[in-house]
Amino acid sequence: MNSKTLPYLLLAPATIFLVVFFLWPFLQIAWLAFSTDGGFTMQHFQTMASNWKFWPTFWNTVILAAVVVPLQLVMALAMAQVVAKLKSTRNTVLYIFTIPLGLSDLAAGIIWLAIFEQSGFLNSMLVGLGIVEKPILFLGYQNLWVIFIAVILAELWRATAIVMVILVSGMGLIPKEYYEAAEVFGAGPWKRFVKVTLPMLRPSIQTALILRTIAAFEVFAVVVALGGTTLPVLVGETFNWQFALNDRNVAAAFALVILAISIAATLVFLRVLRTPKGATL
Amino acid sequence: MRRTLKTLAIAALAIGLTASTANAQVLFWSNQAVPVEETQKMREQVLKAFPGGVDFQPQEPGPFITRIQAETETGTGAIGVVGGLYGDLANFADSWVDLSDVDLSGVAVSPAFLELGKFGTSEQKFLPWMQANYVMAANKQALQYLPEGADVNNLTYDQVIAWAKNLAEQTGSPKFGFPAGPKGLKHRFFQGFLLPAFTGSEVTKFRSAEAEQAWGKFKELWQYTNPASTNYDFMQEPLLTGDVWLAFDHIARLSEAFNQKPDDFVAFPAPSGPKGRAFMPVLAGIAVPKSAPDVAKSKELIKYMMQPETQVATLLATNFFPTTDAALPADLPASARALGPAVQAMTSSPDALPALLPVGLGDKAGQFNQVYIDAFERIVLANQDVRQVLDQQAETLRQLMVTTGAPCWLPDAPSEGPCPVE
Amino acid sequence: MSGAVATADKPRAVSDIGSAGKFLFWAGVVLLCAWVLVPIYLLAVNTLSSPQQVTAFPKTGVPSFDMGSIQFFLSFEGVLKALWNSVLVAVLTMILSIAIGAPAGYALSRFEFPGKATFRMLVLMTRAFPLPLLALPIAVMFIRIGLDDTPIGLALVHTTLAIPFAVLITFSIFSGIPLELEEAAWTLGCNRLQAFHKVVLPLVLPGITASAIFAFTISWNEVFAASVLTVQNRTLTAFLLQSLSVSPLHLRFAGGAALVIPALIFIFAVRKYMFAMWGIANR
Repeated sequence: MNSKTLPYLLLAPATIFLVVFFLWPFLQIAWLAFSTDGGFTMQHFQTMASNWKFWPTFWNTVILAAVVVPLQLVMALAMAQVVAKLKSTRNTVLYIFTIPLGLSDLAAGIIWLAIFEQSGFLNSMLVGLGIVEKPILFLGYQNLWVIFIAVILAELWRATAIVMVILVSGMGLIPKEYYEAAEVFGAGPWKRFVKVTLPMLRPSIQTALILRTIAAFEVFAVVVALGGTTLPVLVGETFNWQFALNDRNVAAAFALVILAISIAATLVFLRVLRTPKGATL
Repeated sequence: MRRTLKTLAIAALAIGLTASTANAQVLFWSNQAVPVEETQKMREQVLKAFPGGVDFQPQEPGPFITRIQAETETGTGAIGVVGGLYGDLANFADSWVDLSDVDLSGVAVSPAFLELGKFGTSEQKFLPWMQANYVMAANKQALQYLPEGADVNNLTYDQVIAWAKNLAEQTGSPKFGFPAGPKGLKHRFFQGFLLPAFTGSEVTKFRSAEAEQAWGKFKELWQYTNPASTNYDFMQEPLLTGDVWLAFDHIARLSEAFNQKPDDFVAFPAPSGPKGRAFMPVLAGIAVPKSAPDVAKSKELIKYMMQPETQVATLLATNFFPTTDAALPADLPASARALGPAVQAMTSSPDALPALLPVGLGDKAGQFNQVYIDAFERIVLANQDVRQVLDQQAETLRQLMVTTGAPCWLPDAPSEGPCPVE
Repeated sequence: MSGAVATADKPRAVSDIGSAGKFLFWAGVVLLCAWVLVPIYLLAVNTLSSPQQVTAFPKTGVPSFDMGSIQFFLSFEGVLKALWNSVLVAVLTMILSIAIGAPAGYALSRFEFPGKATFRMLVLMTRAFPLPLLALPIAVMFIRIGLDDTPIGLALVHTTLAIPFAVLITFSIFSGIPLELEEAAWTLGCNRLQAFHKVVLPLVLPGITASAIFAFTISWNEVFAASVLTVQNRTLTAFLLQSLSVSPLHLRFAGGAALVIPALIFIFAVRKYMFAMWGIANR
């Protein structure tokens, strides 16, 4: 087996798989976005973009991702550092940190709604402590920014674990000699983190960012649970056109927009966080 | 460790390849009775007695439609019976078997509903399965704030606004609730209650001066509406938590409040406007897809569903009322005892003005709803200019009517060709 | 193989931090743990409360241990079969996604070859397109070829969702292992396969475990494809939990708990394996 054919052999199963179960159905859907009665048209994109809700929807989605993902990266780095510093309690803490991995967005939406709703836990606590006299309405349509914050908190809670796990398993690969060398040269903890951990962790950070950003553009269940239709997001509108309005063409157009911004974000991460020695993905 | 993994893998693969087993039960694919409690009752109390068994599978709208589409496209399928709302079944009118040969002897079905089940063809595309309506409900604490001279069973829109205002001002927070959440049935309120009550029309007078007035009234009411309403799908929950004292909703979405605290709530008819007390009945139907594995068996299930005992059991399970003349038992649950009379009072009131579900829109029924939802979100939530929004939405509505060629339905006057939007 | 390495710890002990720093550090740890655990505790409280308590205000934050909601779910006919189907599909997904994804991750990290860019775009596109739209063409295909309503059919779709994770995570892990390490093994007389098996594999197992766990939880929590593609052989989520958002409040919480608990048990069950492996990687 020479190294010319080996990569293709290794990629073959995944390629065949994705072509059959993703690319083929995807092309069928993508065609819908551009066709009407068998001919080519841009009409569905026009319908989509001229809808009064399109731009708010678009920006909500992008801004949510732009706020959530960097916060998650910072939090996950902190959690991974904490885990690295622990001794006897390491496994317990690591287990607790990884718990949200197993949570569906459906369940996460329910949990956070129970916290934020008018007769929910947060209000119970505030009233119980005497901070407010009667329950506050957090998730009303006039306080868009409160809904925004609630969604951000819920997403931080639900989906930071995945970033952390990728980073922890990446950190495990950094040879401890590097740290020892850095220490010999008098580097403090912060300097070691910036000069050793971060650069060495670059492939893992890149992976985590790409996966999380793509997932963030598809945020849906949590937003619907907390904000209803007050905070429209792209996937929600895709659903609406596909299943409530029964217009599969416009739904396909929405889906292609999600795909496009995901690819754009991915390309940015690939460029900015280019990994050394040609080991780019 | 690795060996165990390997064994596990092989075992799982082997099971995965062979686990599918044939099943003789009729698969009942429904987008009604979706809440888990109703599902459980449908399975245990309504369908258990059907010979051969029924696999009742309630679905969210997405999977519900997708699966039917897939089976229609391939012409083969597993679904035996489809249960859905009138508008859902209309989406696939060509895919249903003609049910006119189902033997309904001894069962008197509402003729108006039977007619709706034909979609304007000569074939019986679906049989009416169950019906419901929308009413108002209030916490008994709210009754003391009723405006002077108002009769709870004969309210006008102005009185409801005054009541909501009293509640908001005297209790310190808005206590009127409206199901404007993502799954709430807000559009039915505009289509079948608010607009017809002011304009006497559902479609034709969409952008009339009267319609403008109706939206103005609703904006007024909205000032005294709990702003969390945009999260409410089912009004029974905010009623139970006490966040809302006065609400409008579908009877099946109010029932839990009455069942959990029967002594705390009252139900009464929707208010009346200048043109009458408009209301919109809800109709769910059952149909058999042409791709059903055993059409004869499916038709037997349809017949079973129409029997008086089944219809009553369905009422107990779902809070939807029979479409037939089935006699109701005396020991109904609290919800049916409270909500049934309210519906009765509304539909038989002297100024009753029935507004029907859209007819002849086919798969555009969802876009029809969206016209009203958008109007609401723009006028009330986004505070856009009423006139301008109505003009723009009316244009969308007119195009919809032209594309589908749907003639007017009640309460609009019959039209030649597509229903006009003046 | 795990016992010996479980004690291997990170080199940075807490000792080199001052006592004020130590306090802050532990406060941070407690805070982060609370951040994760409190919402789950609240879910448990509502699950174990009576319907009246769930809608009551203000809430006490202490459960009354009313088992009604849980019993309701357990009394569902077919819950066990659906649970079994869920586990089966999730395990199949886990195996398939690793078997298919890990070789691709290795190839991406070790070779430069034409078509690499196309492949990586294909992988990412899979993640970036909303699955519910794909469900219709996939269902049509499955009905035609007879994969409809089988656990393996659903596992194939879930694998498609999990492959990007498997490929990307294994890629980043493989990239972190210097090629020199493998080359050293080759010079010592190992062929490529032996070198991989003896040198690389032990190092990448943590990453592989991580992506296996993702695969499992992705499959476990997926509702849409499961509802469309299984009819008689439903998974647990499709069987009783997809209608969660329209069910009465107290049952929503019990349903949410039903979704969460098996996933927690799974992560708990594999934690030792996962953490031991993370230990070993600390060269």
